[in-house]
Amino acid sequence: MLENYIPVLIFICVGLFVGVAMIALGGFILAPSKPDEVKNSPYECGFSAFEDARLKFDVRFYLVAILFIIFDLEIAFLFPWAIVLEDVGLFGILAMGIFLGILVIGFIYEWKKGALEWE
Amino acid sequence: MEWLLSLTPDFILEFALEFWGWLPMWLQVLAENMLYIVMIMVPLMLCVAYVTYAERKIIGYMQVRLGPNRVGPKGWLQPIADAVKLMFKEVIIPTNSNKFLFLFAPILTLGPALAAWAVIPFFDGVQLSNLNAGLLYILALTSMGVYGVIIAGWSSNSKYAILGALRSAAQVVAYEIAMGFALVGVLMAAGSLNLGDIIARQAGGFTSWFWLPLFPLLAVYFISGVAETNRAPFDVAEGESEIVAGFHVDYSGMAFAVFFLAEYANIILIAALTSLMFFGGWMSPFGSMADHALLGDGTHWFILKTMFFIYMFLWFRATFPRYRYDQIMRLGWKVFIPVTIVWIFVEAVMVVMQWGPWAVETVAAVGGA
Repeated sequence: MLENYIPVLIFICVGLFVGVAMIALGGFILAPSKPDEVKNSPYECGFSAFEDARLKFDVRFYLVAILFIIFDLEIAFLFPWAIVLEDVGLFGILAMGIFLGILVIGFIYEWKKGALEWE
Repeated sequence: MEWLLSLTPDFILEFALEFWGWLPMWLQVLAENMLYIVMIMVPLMLCVAYVTYAERKIIGYMQVRLGPNRVGPKGWLQPIADAVKLMFKEVIIPTNSNKFLFLFAPILTLGPALAAWAVIPFFDGVQLSNLNAGLLYILALTSMGVYGVIIAGWSSNSKYAILGALRSAAQVVAYEIAMGFALVGVLMAAGSLNLGDIIARQAGGFTSWFWLPLFPLLAVYFISGVAETNRAPFDVAEGESEIVAGFHVDYSGMAFAVFFLAEYANIILIAALTSLMFFGGWMSPFGSMADHALLGDGTHWFILKTMFFIYMFLWFRATFPRYRYDQIMRLGWKVFIPVTIVWIFVEAVMVVMQWGPWAVETVAAVGGA
């Protein structure tokens, strides 16, 4: 069964190589390169950049990332369950029902707390 | 192939066979796979080029203008001209940027968008690799896209880029959950992660495809797909009136072209996946005529369905005004996730009770009676 993954591996390498080749060919062989100070400054609508761009950012982006981890793990748990559902039957639904139920309670809590609000 | 073989003189054929047998095993495998990969990749690249043309032309007609019509007959050579132009443009690398990551980000975006095609079945058995974990592989690769966005935004060290990257990452991540849940629904109906099996489970024509029993999941999946690819009406990441172009504002020339290619390759991929998982892939809509040359099963149905969904992407862009960011997040978290969770429960009950149209036994029993 593992030999099925060899074409996939080759395809991933080719996919990455296409990107490398295109940037190398287009960007560094065919294209001109005449850098100057103004051209190489970050785009800022014509102003020269006055501070570093790596600013503090809104905590809600961080919150979204944390919520994403929880829900993505949940999906990872659901995948094998979904495949064998026809075999595990009612017991499977009940077990997953309890598991999803807890997560739904958490989801309702964070909804009520306003973690999903964007002003 | 037959006519080609009969035309070639015998000694060349013998020599070729001899030479092939003389090659080491790993080289044979590599050469064979490379041939198939080129056979997938070249049409895909052409599709990408002409989807950009189709986009400008279709949106043009929707807005009562002509679209590109100067380069070649009716503008048909426009994508080629664009590619050549981008190739000869300078790639500007900003002074303050992290140079390695700056160039690596577009590559990381394009690689997975192409590599996902390794498991797409074009016809019964016609696919590069018949992975048992096909859908999991697709989910993994489509999730990689967000890294390209974040790395591009962070490494270019520009305020617009980092704001665009943050917005885009939060949006992609939010819609990925809804997308994952929709895929779980497909898995429950199909009982397999193998894309070939998922299509085989939809055999029997228009009404036995998954779009009917899984309609809420289809809607969630396709709209999430539009949001995942940062397309209008969810294109706040590059809303040109606010943050000019979002995460790729500092990219130019070929580095930009690679981002562009990846975006369109992803559109085609989402369209293809929608037609595979909800509309029976290469299955003909006329279940009773499966052996007919034109109306029966065939790759042309897969291409037609995919083209229809690509057209939907363009249609959305021409029709809907851009969503506000809080509306996007509300739709993702407060509408799509509850909808999918509820439908997964409904579907689980249906699967276990054998109510669904996908339950093979039920279909057989009804057909027999």
